[in-house]
Amino acid sequence: MPGRIPMAGRRAVLGLLLALPLAAAQAADISLLNVSYDVSREFYKDYNAAFAAHWQKTSGEVLTLKQSHGGSSKQARSVAEGLEADVITMNQANDIDILHDRGGLIPADWAKRLPNNSAPTTSVSVILVRKGNPLKILDWTDLGRSGVSVIIPNPKTSGNGRYTYLAAWGAALKNGVSPAAAQALAERIFRNVPVLDGGGRGATTTFAQRKIGDALVTFESEVPLIQREFGDDFDVIYPRWTVLAENPVSVVDKVVDKRGTRKQAEAYLRHLWSPEGQTIAAKHALRPRDPKVLAAYAKAFPKVGTFTIDEVFGGWKKAQKDHFDDGGLYDQVILRAKQK
Amino acid sequence: MIFSRTLLKRHTVLPGFDLALGFTVLYLSFIVLIPLSAAFLKTATMTWPAFWDTVSSPRVVASYKLTFGASLAGALLNAFFGLIVAWVLVRYEFPLKRIVDALVDLPFALPTAVAGIALTALYAENGWIGQWLPFKVSFTPLGVFVALTFIGLPFVVRTLQPVLEDLSRELEEAAATLGASRWQTFRHVIFPILSPALLTGFALAFARALGEYGSVIFIAGNMPMVSEITPLLIITKLEQYDYAGATAIAVVMLVTAFTLLLAINGLQAWTRARQGR
Repeated sequence: MPGRIPMAGRRAVLGLLLALPLAAAQAADISLLNVSYDVSREFYKDYNAAFAAHWQKTSGEVLTLKQSHGGSSKQARSVAEGLEADVITMNQANDIDILHDRGGLIPADWAKRLPNNSAPTTSVSVILVRKGNPLKILDWTDLGRSGVSVIIPNPKTSGNGRYTYLAAWGAALKNGVSPAAAQALAERIFRNVPVLDGGGRGATTTFAQRKIGDALVTFESEVPLIQREFGDDFDVIYPRWTVLAENPVSVVDKVVDKRGTRKQAEAYLRHLWSPEGQTIAAKHALRPRDPKVLAAYAKAFPKVGTFTIDEVFGGWKKAQKDHFDDGGLYDQVILRAKQK
Repeated sequence: MIFSRTLLKRHTVLPGFDLALGFTVLYLSFIVLIPLSAAFLKTATMTWPAFWDTVSSPRVVASYKLTFGASLAGALLNAFFGLIVAWVLVRYEFPLKRIVDALVDLPFALPTAVAGIALTALYAENGWIGQWLPFKVSFTPLGVFVALTFIGLPFVVRTLQPVLEDLSRELEEAAATLGASRWQTFRHVIFPILSPALLTGFALAFARALGEYGSVIFIAGNMPMVSEITPLLIITKLEQYDYAGATAIAVVMLVTAFTLLLAINGLQAWTRARQGR
C-alpha cells in the first residue's frame, strides 16, 4: 500500500505562530515597533539610528527601535488584527484609516494630530523610460499611444499601482478634460500594460531586469534605488501634472497606552519633522516638508505640478470606493482595456 | 477500511486507541478544522445573493477555469513524467544519483516566491529558456502551468518511489517467460500495482497546485479574465478589507477541491478493490 509521505510544506505556518508572541514578550525594556510599507525600509533604518541617539541625548533612555516592512495593506491588516505596533507609517491614508474602521485602535481624526495631514514626507509618481527616451514619452497621454508598452503594478494589490492610476486620471482632469476623457485615457494606458505585477518592486524587476516595456511608472523616491541596482540606463520623465503621494504616520493609541510607550512613540513621529529627520528623508529621495531642507536638496526634487488625492478625488476613502472596490471605475477600465 | 470491534480492541505498541484518537481529533481541530471553519463562518455573514454574486462574477469564474485547468494539466504532466523520474531513480544506478534524488525535493523546500521569480526570469522573452521558444511563456496562462508543474513534481515521485522499490523484478521476469511483450508487462502487471500510488501522487500535486500563490503570482502576468488565478482574487479582496468576499471565494475553492479529492480517493479505493489488494 502506498504510504502517504510526510510533507515538508507546512513549516511556514508554524514559524509564524511561534514568531508573533515573541515580538510581544519583550515589552519589559523600552522598545518601539514601527510597522511600515515595503520600500521605506532603508529610510527608517537610518532614521531609527538617528532618533535613538537623539532620544538618549535628550531623555537618557535607551530605546530599541524595531521595524516591520511588507505590502502596505497586508501590514495594516496585521496591525488591525493585533500586531502590536506602536507607530504605523504608510504611503497612503486608507491603510491607516483601517486601524480606526476595523480595529478601533486610533481616533477617526488621526490625520489632524500632526502637521501636513500627518504626512512628514511626500513623493510624486514619475515615468521612467529607456535611456535617450526613444519613444519620446513626455506625459501621461503618451503612455496611451498605441505601440507603447507600460509597466504598472496591480492597483488592486499595490499602493504604488493605485497612485499611478490616479496620477494619470487626475492629471487629465488638471489638464482640463472631462471625466469621461480621463477614463478613456486610463483605458488606453491600461491597454498598453502587458504585466500587472503584485507590487512596486516586482514591476521594477519586470522593467529593469527583464527589459519588458518602454515605460515604468513609479515613485520618485524609488528612482535612486533603481539606478543603484540596475545602473543608469533610464531617464526620469516628470509629467506636467502628477499626484503628490503623502506618506502619513500615526501613533497606534490602543497599543501605546497599553504598553506605556506613548511619550516615546509621539516623540519618534514628531522628530520626523525636525531638520534632522527631514534631511534623512531628503537623502532617501523622499520630498521633505521643511522648506529649508527642500531648498538645500532642490536639485534632487524638480518642480512639478502636483495635486493630492484629497483635492481631486475627495480623499482616499472616496477614491477607494469609487475606483478600486470591486465593480468600481478601475475594474471597468481594466476589463474594457483588455477586451479591445 | 473496515471499522470493526476487533480493530478497535487490537493491542498495539502506541498508547490506547482512545488516547490516540482523542489526540488526533484535537490536533486536527486546532490545525485544520477550526481555521477552515473560520472561513465558513466569515462567509456566513453574507446573504445568499451577495455570496452568489461574488463567487459567480465573470472575472472570478475565469480565474477558476485557469486555476483548476492549469492545476489539472500540471498534475497530469507530473503524473506522467514523475513516473519516469521515479522509475529511473529506483531501477538504475548512475553517477550522482543521490544528488538527483535530493533535487526532486527542492520544490518542497524552496520558498515559492523564489521559485516564481526564478521561473519568470528563465521563461521571460529574454530569459535563458524563453529566448529560444517561439511563443511566450512568462506572463501568460502557460506560465501558470509551468509554475504549477514545478511545485507538484515531488508529490508524484515521492509517492511512487516506495511502491516501485517494493515491486519485485520476478513479476516482470515471470511475465516475460509467459510470453508477454514489454508493453503488455507494463500494462497488465506493473501499472495496476502502481496506479493507486500514482493516483495519490496526482491528487496531492493537484491539490497543492490549486492553492499555490507565491510562485505563480510572478509568472502569471495577472491580467483580468486571462491570467488571474483564484488565490490572487482572494488576496485582492483582502486588500480591499473585504474579508467576507475573500472567504466566499476561498470556500468555493475548498469545497471544490475537497470534492475532487474525495472523488480521486474513491477512485483509488475502487482500483485497489478491483485488484483484490
